[in-house]
Amino acid sequence: MYQYNENDQQIVDERVVQFRGQVKRRLSGELKEDEFRILRLQNGLYLQIQAYMLRVAVPYGLLSSRQLRMLAHIATKYDRGYGHMTTRQNIQFNWPKLEDVPNILDDLASVQMHAIQTSGNCIRNISADQFAGVAQDEIVDPRPYAEIMRQWSTFHPEFAYLPRKFKFAFTGAAQDRAAILFHDIGYRAVKNNAGEVGFKVYVGGGMGRTPMIGKLVNEFVPEKDLLVYTEAIMRVYNQFGRRDNKYKARIKILVHELKLPKFTELVEMEFAALRQEGAVPLDMAEIERVAAHFTDPDYLDLPDQSDAFNQHLQDDKDFSLWVKQNILAHKKSGYAIVNLSLKKPGVPPGDITDEQMLSVADIADDYSFGEIRSTHEQNLVFADVRKDDLYQVWQALKDVGFAEPNIGTLQDMICCPGLDFCTLANARSIPIADKITTCFDDMDYLYDLGELKLKMSGCINACGHHHVGHIGILGVNKKGQELYQITLGGSAGDDASIGKIIGPGFDQDEIIPALKNILSTYTRLREEGEDFLAAYRRLGMSPFKEQLYANN
Amino acid sequence: MQIIKDKAIIEDNWTHYSGEGDLPEGNLIVSLDLWQEMDFSGRNIGLQLEPDDMLSDIKDDLHHFDLIAINFPTFADGRGYSMAKILRDRLGYKKEIRAVGDIMRDQLFYLQRCGFNAYEIKSGRDIVDALEAFDDFSIKYQTSSDEDVPLYRRR
Repeated sequence: MYQYNENDQQIVDERVVQFRGQVKRRLSGELKEDEFRILRLQNGLYLQIQAYMLRVAVPYGLLSSRQLRMLAHIATKYDRGYGHMTTRQNIQFNWPKLEDVPNILDDLASVQMHAIQTSGNCIRNISADQFAGVAQDEIVDPRPYAEIMRQWSTFHPEFAYLPRKFKFAFTGAAQDRAAILFHDIGYRAVKNNAGEVGFKVYVGGGMGRTPMIGKLVNEFVPEKDLLVYTEAIMRVYNQFGRRDNKYKARIKILVHELKLPKFTELVEMEFAALRQEGAVPLDMAEIERVAAHFTDPDYLDLPDQSDAFNQHLQDDKDFSLWVKQNILAHKKSGYAIVNLSLKKPGVPPGDITDEQMLSVADIADDYSFGEIRSTHEQNLVFADVRKDDLYQVWQALKDVGFAEPNIGTLQDMICCPGLDFCTLANARSIPIADKITTCFDDMDYLYDLGELKLKMSGCINACGHHHVGHIGILGVNKKGQELYQITLGGSAGDDASIGKIIGPGFDQDEIIPALKNILSTYTRLREEGEDFLAAYRRLGMSPFKEQLYANN
Repeated sequence: MQIIKDKAIIEDNWTHYSGEGDLPEGNLIVSLDLWQEMDFSGRNIGLQLEPDDMLSDIKDDLHHFDLIAINFPTFADGRGYSMAKILRDRLGYKKEIRAVGDIMRDQLFYLQRCGFNAYEIKSGRDIVDALEAFDDFSIKYQTSSDEDVPLYRRR
């Protein structure tokens, strides 16, 4: 993974000094809260219901074991012994004291980490395919470009006070696992017929109260133009994005209101003007310098089959279930990708304790080149585990509590923090998630349901991505009562779609029966091998709706 | 009033004129509307732009202005950064570009990078303290109005 050079380190160190000064001026009263608010948000510091929350950047989801140990240290020393993995592959701490935050930033900087631009109306942490570099279906490794973009967007002087937050995502694989169509800008790295790398650029996707699918603005932006083309998009947005209404301020609304041809024309004109002014294209040497940080680890030449692994598969049913559900094929023979599930009854989705962080760091050192990845589905990944070692890794993960064989099942849900923490929320989400994982705990039933993406948000801002859940749950507040609306048919992948509301919402006691009802319609009407989303798309809303509200 | 210009504190010799009351002596900073309405011939004029103003409306008139002020009604409104960049890089404006309005030390690093060279720090803030903010960061990744060469070519 990328290692800071002295310049990268100095920028992060100087940011700590700058933020320490801002905190000091806030504590002395020189900065008013409405001024400090904007400044602290640019550094990932929120004020939640009960305390500050600090969101730490995990650029494109890559962590070293050393970094994870430091996160454990921070959780122990400054928090209540845990952190929370977010849907932007970041980690957040829910209980830091304001006066401790500069010291936390110092600790983070000591392991090449920071909280820069993890919030605020600026370019946020960049997310990417969590299987970048190891996926079998990868065409271009997006990580070097994501890192180049991280550097370019860090303290970009022109784009720190945008109309609204701004999110980039990268993929370079055949299958999009980074939800690029639901980002302000989604970049899909491709190769043209000459074998040159470029990007399909999608603009104006997003969730929130007005969910929209990103639109293709350019079929092929050559890699050398990645930054200048992005600058053109950002400048059009910074000048013309709406600032009169925060709910209409995202770039998706600008693209929607201008219509795609006009928006594209503005971007192309700006791009041409920038080039004419002598905007500097990206050097191949720089791409190669950064790419050299993302070369393969020292893989052994191994046969595809592992006798030890195959024997364990035969002997241990629990192990084989875990392998079937949580393990993915690796590009390198003899290796596998291991998904760690951070979802199980009794624990908020994505939460991880300091002790678990330390254990995961140890396992990563022993079995996966000391590297850990975070996913936008709030899980972790060991990207490079030898098949020979899978049984040991499984046993170690069982001890940690991250070996639930439920990846891709209904239990593997995305969930926002909800009303228990968040000032924006209308309804609780974590207790509902817990009800669901507790109630739907028959693994045979879950496996029979097949792939089912359940996503839940505690308010219309959609941090839990409910719009793109095959089943989505949205918490609302109706006359003081928390209600949950259900949507069906969303998808964040290449077949992107936005879920539709099935009908009136349910209270917290009705939500489980409602889900059972919807799932029974699916199992009754599905065809052989048809997953939930495909069945919904074939059947439409009607049969689900009719059965769900049959008694009303 | 004191302002920061070219990273030094100086006594300002410009006056903001809203069009109300008698025309003051000396150098005047006026809005686009006022400049279009009134005859200021023989006076040194600075133009104050608001975030909504279109640069395309004034690009042929830049030679009339000895100064361009860009107003930040709130420091969360970042349109002025792009305005200054375009004035410097695209329209070739070489004279003073001044940030006015909701300006405090925390924006100075970004403002100078986008082509501003003068700043009216909002009242109640320590202007001497603000001077330090130009050096908040000693390293910049990107090219901008103050830097033609990206960091990776400077290594």
